[in-house]
Amino acid sequence: MIRAFHILKSNPLSLVGMILVLTITLCAVFAPLIAPFPDHNGAVVEFLNANKAPSAQNWMGTDLVGRDIFSRIIYAYQISLVLGVVVLAISTPIGTVVGLIAGYKGGWIETVLMRITDVFLSVPPLVLAIAMMGVLEPTLTNAMLAVTAMWWPWYARLVYNIARSEREEGYVLAAEVIGASSNHITFREILPNCLPAIITKMTLDMGFVIIIASSLSFLGLGVQPPTPDLGSMVAEGARYLPDSWWLSVFPGLAILLAVFGFNLLGDGLREILGVEE
Amino acid sequence: MMPLLDIKNLELSFNSYKGLTQVLHGIDLNIKKGERVALVGESGSGKSVTARLVLGLLQEARNAKASGEVLFDGSDVNQMKNKDRAGLRGTDISMIFQDPTSSLNPSFTIETQFHDVLKRRTPDLTKEMSFERACALLDDVAIPDPKRVLKSYNFQMSGGMNQRIMIAMALANKPKLLLADEPGTALDVTVQSQTLQLMRDLVSENDTAVLLISHNLGVVREFADRLYVIYRGRIVEEGPTALIFNNPQHAYTKALLSAIPRITGGGLPQIAEQTDDYLAPKITHGAI
Amino acid sequence: MTVAISRPPSPDNKPFGNFMSSILRLLWQRLVISVVVLIGVSMLIFVIARIIPGDPARIALGPNATAEQISNLRADLHLDEPIITQYGFFVADLFRGDLGISLYTNRPVTLDIAQFLPATLELVLIAGIFMVMIGLPLGVLSARFQNKWPDHLIRVISLVTVSAPSFVWAVIFMLLFAFYLPLFPIAGRLSDLYEIDRITGFLFIDTLIAGNFAAFGDAVRHIVLPALALALSGIGQAARLTRANMVETYKKPYIEMAQAYGFFPSRIANHYAFKPSLIPSLTIIGLDFAAMFGNAFLVEAVFAWPGLSRYGVAVILRKDLNAIMGTVLIIALAFVVVNIIVDLIIAFLNPRIRYSEKAKP
Repeated sequence: MIRAFHILKSNPLSLVGMILVLTITLCAVFAPLIAPFPDHNGAVVEFLNANKAPSAQNWMGTDLVGRDIFSRIIYAYQISLVLGVVVLAISTPIGTVVGLIAGYKGGWIETVLMRITDVFLSVPPLVLAIAMMGVLEPTLTNAMLAVTAMWWPWYARLVYNIARSEREEGYVLAAEVIGASSNHITFREILPNCLPAIITKMTLDMGFVIIIASSLSFLGLGVQPPTPDLGSMVAEGARYLPDSWWLSVFPGLAILLAVFGFNLLGDGLREILGVEE
Repeated sequence: MMPLLDIKNLELSFNSYKGLTQVLHGIDLNIKKGERVALVGESGSGKSVTARLVLGLLQEARNAKASGEVLFDGSDVNQMKNKDRAGLRGTDISMIFQDPTSSLNPSFTIETQFHDVLKRRTPDLTKEMSFERACALLDDVAIPDPKRVLKSYNFQMSGGMNQRIMIAMALANKPKLLLADEPGTALDVTVQSQTLQLMRDLVSENDTAVLLISHNLGVVREFADRLYVIYRGRIVEEGPTALIFNNPQHAYTKALLSAIPRITGGGLPQIAEQTDDYLAPKITHGAI
Repeated sequence: MTVAISRPPSPDNKPFGNFMSSILRLLWQRLVISVVVLIGVSMLIFVIARIIPGDPARIALGPNATAEQISNLRADLHLDEPIITQYGFFVADLFRGDLGISLYTNRPVTLDIAQFLPATLELVLIAGIFMVMIGLPLGVLSARFQNKWPDHLIRVISLVTVSAPSFVWAVIFMLLFAFYLPLFPIAGRLSDLYEIDRITGFLFIDTLIAGNFAAFGDAVRHIVLPALALALSGIGQAARLTRANMVETYKKPYIEMAQAYGFFPSRIANHYAFKPSLIPSLTIIGLDFAAMFGNAFLVEAVFAWPGLSRYGVAVILRKDLNAIMGTVLIIALAFVVVNIIVDLIIAFLNPRIRYSEKAKP
């Protein structure tokens, strides 16, 4: 713990990351309380106030139908975090189990599982996501499905690498000698040694999921309006550059801030937990 | 005659989040020109950091604090500017390391590395000239077919070969002082012994002074004229090799010497890991 | 047990011969995986496209289509046959070089691809060059001055660059350097002033063939912002990766020896530490380069770049099945080729592979 404190002290950016992540999470969780215009996350229109530059009343300006951009960003954070949590909650266990089994059991199981994983990993993440969403209907659920489907292989490979090297370690051989079951060895012995890497990756992945999801909705393949989403907000505003710059710039910066926070936090965790890069 | 290397009251501390840890508690050590001196101790005694301080490597580290004098040829290494310190390295002072294979860069040929070493003395050396000179140097260390060796990489050759290459590199620029950090430890015994023989012949040819750092008493006895015994950052005994081996006086030296397995059997004696006896003041032998 | 006077390395004076055989082995492995990837991806998309609820033909033709048009399209696309048969038709057509007609452009998909692919390739290539030429040196600097201010600065900047998707950077660059500071053109590949004959489709080549240097300069100006936006996160990644590897390399014994010999810090950083660090980085840099094919979708949209990705998005939104399959296939093919080239480069740069009898990556 002292070491953790010392690392944080010598690396103040991790602290910044933690604060950013906390802030964003709070925004997401308490969105209705924080947003100045809580009902602007839906299909509300206020044409009189449309397309106004940032002002005291609307800190980040209003969009084309008069909704407060700051409020929409806060609600968009909610959606992004939900998406990230769901995707990770599903893909991490799947990927971890696949990686553990492939790493420890070896043999043909290892070959088959890792070949399948390799196929997924050979395709750049965004291309696969776009291809899948291209043939599915653009909804939040489908987006979550598509991203989950392409996410688990990364965990499989990560855990597989660790499991395979741990397989030769003394404590595994000792457990085998005393007759522990495979289940016990994989889940009670090897898995705990994978946890630091998994947790670090999950933190960094929150940011990455936000990037992929916002990219999809930027292209029109993800969440659809009127649900507020950072990517589609940037897309809407892109046509009105440079005059109504606030339409695109603030949502874009919001993405940057969120991902930056998760990256800082993830980097700090990596140092504290001693994970290799 | 003034010593080539004169270390006076050298202290070293490291700074970490745990606080300040003192590693060397006032070392005094000297080497004259052409002399072969050994610094003997167990792991963690501080012998390796002493060598690196002589080279001037540690003084630049952020978390290291050194004090005292390290006089090389009259100038204090501790007080020098970084550039001057670096100027000594590879020219007047040179070093060979424990594992010869991993001390050579696996991404470059031996030829390239030799070229960089030779350029330390003659910066405008051409590739052809350094190739020729390197061939001659490899000849000196009894490597057959030096041309092929120069074109190869470290991982293509045996430990013994790499050790000879390292020695050739270390002596290439005719240094005044050679630091040898546990030479041959990574090799098997016969190779080690031949290596030492080679080293002995070459340094006496050029009158090169040697500081041999080792925990291996057999090597020390073969090679060194004088030795210093170091325990936990303090010199506890010093003197001519023969005198110390025949009549060790300090408790720690006695313990060290008795820890060598003998061919006559009898096993290893029980030695205290740490007693206050080991902290007894320094004993100096005979006329120096 | 080695004798002190050991023989120099065994018959390795045919480095090129060994190189070739290990290369061929690598290539073969790569090829096999690539074919599997291509088949896998195409099958995946093919199947998903046809099993989703709704009639693909009706979706593609829009709400105003007549029943006859829909049934015609269904027959064309063999939509009433079992999936295996449909896939069979697809593969058969593929071998004949026929990817079907695009509903978006009413032209053969192959023609569309031929028109739009070079623009994307050019963009991705220049972005890749940026990534390597800017990212790697930054990483080296960062490692060399570890924990001093250049390191901190570069690390923060690198982290920022990987923290936003390419379209955010594209928008910011466009605002800053095209609108507010009109240094670069806003969109497109070439000003309308210039009429260049299309020979290869690569503007860098075609303008030079036409001898029109002004047009060449114009093409360069047009590609800078999009390529930079595309490359930015790759630059950050490359810098971080290089730094991490070099920091590890600096701990190695051969670096200590180089320092003990007083080699200049710049020589150590740029050669002795860099080259061994480069090799483990290359695989990931290759992956990042391939990832740019994905990010191209975003950048082409912002800068109205007439490339395959922009075409791809358009046909995806229109559910133009033939065009979607064609685009996906070509992009998959493109990064398979890129991966193979990267593997070749890695094998060439790594002396251990060059000089070993068995290929070890």
